[in-house]
Amino acid sequence: MNYHWNWWIFFEPSLDGTNTYLTTLFWGLGWTAATAIVAFAIALVLGSIVGVARTAPIGWMQRAGTIFVEIFRNIPLLVQMFLWYFVLPEILPRDAGMWLKQLPNAQFYTAAVCLGFYHAARMAEVVRAGLLSLSRGQKMAGQALGLTLPQTYRYVLLPVAYRIVVPAITSEFLSCTKNTSVGIAIGLVELTGTARAMQENTFQVFEAFAAATVLYLALNMVIVFAMRAVEKSAVIPGLGNRVAGRGR
Amino acid sequence: MLSGFDFQTIVNALPYLFLTGMTFTLTLTLFATIGGMIFGTLLAVMRSSDNRILSGIAGGYVNLLRSLPLVLVIFWFYFLVPFLAQWLTGSSSPVRVDPFWSSVITFTLFEACYFCEIVRSGIQSLPRGQTLAASALGMTDRQALIYVILPQALRNMLPLILTQTIILFQDTSLVYVLSITDFLGAAAKIAQRDGRLLEMYVFAAFVYFVISLIASQAVKRLQKRVAIIR
Repeated sequence: MNYHWNWWIFFEPSLDGTNTYLTTLFWGLGWTAATAIVAFAIALVLGSIVGVARTAPIGWMQRAGTIFVEIFRNIPLLVQMFLWYFVLPEILPRDAGMWLKQLPNAQFYTAAVCLGFYHAARMAEVVRAGLLSLSRGQKMAGQALGLTLPQTYRYVLLPVAYRIVVPAITSEFLSCTKNTSVGIAIGLVELTGTARAMQENTFQVFEAFAAATVLYLALNMVIVFAMRAVEKSAVIPGLGNRVAGRGR
Repeated sequence: MLSGFDFQTIVNALPYLFLTGMTFTLTLTLFATIGGMIFGTLLAVMRSSDNRILSGIAGGYVNLLRSLPLVLVIFWFYFLVPFLAQWLTGSSSPVRVDPFWSSVITFTLFEACYFCEIVRSGIQSLPRGQTLAASALGMTDRQALIYVILPQALRNMLPLILTQTIILFQDTSLVYVLSITDFLGAAAKIAQRDGRLLEMYVFAAFVYFVISLIASQAVKRLQKRVAIIR
């Protein structure tokens, strides 16, 4: 092998002149985490709404939910990223389009919103699986007590459904974190992007990608440990280890 | 808005989009599915074996690749494959590998991890009695695996495998980061050449959507038919 290893490369100043390559990698990690958190917040809220809509006994809501899920699941994430970034400003009214194009950190907002919608479709399936795993009696009991349909969801069905699907939510969050790397295609400087830039500037391919690999593994571990705490506190005594469908 | 939508650009680009782009995407999907299935089944068998070293290696490999983003894995293999080829062929410098085969290797090795988990859950979902019955009939472990366990596991897992193939079909668009001309790459090239981002990306999204939707509906149908009734 005529590859020249140089692990000291991390401490050399990067092209921006002030930071070392190591620092830029950690900045990349920060953007990855920020994008993942914002995107997943969107996915949780939107996914819950769509998931509830798909189980509600109201025809048009079910259809709207199904259409939402099918659209966002059947178009590759990268293509969706391009639609949000390149196409959306074009089809909006001129002023709104210009505003979008000139937004500082536009890549970050675009990537976060795009990932948010993409994972919302998958979260909707998770929430729906959780709701469907409850026995019919739960809903009937809620209604028999005089709760309205929204109240039944709010106080009876959702609190239990969420707790059942916590493991599936964990794996969705992990996959959302990994998918932030697709943002590289619209110029988001997240972890893979910084490693790629480091590789292009220094030709130290394997050091750059090894560092990114280690940081991704560390990020994964942090998420898994954090979610394990959530899982523990979400256990419903007596409900056993029933786990609803994992994503997909 | 729609009045400015230039259909002619799309019509002119159709031969390039489908003959060059979609052909690349579909052959890559096909090769990577077959390769991923074979390697994934091997990994699954290794993971469920009693040999600690074998199951450790397979488990470590699967867990490592499943925790990394596909984009990073694509970069890894793109740079790693020439060195591997150099090492395998014993040549003096890194070997230039055709982008298509480089992508096939990458996706095979990556998707194998997901196929492995599918096949493993398929094997585990079979009642223990199947293995016991096979060995009671005098079959060796290998015979039991090949003639009794795998055929049933694969049948149970067929819908999941096909769903994973649809995901793979969508994931192949990520070779864009290496500027390879798959379907999306072809669309992006035309989009940039003609300044027609809107038309080309909307059309690309539409084609991916139609293919994935039809395929996933077909899988749903199949799911009902192949279920083994016990």
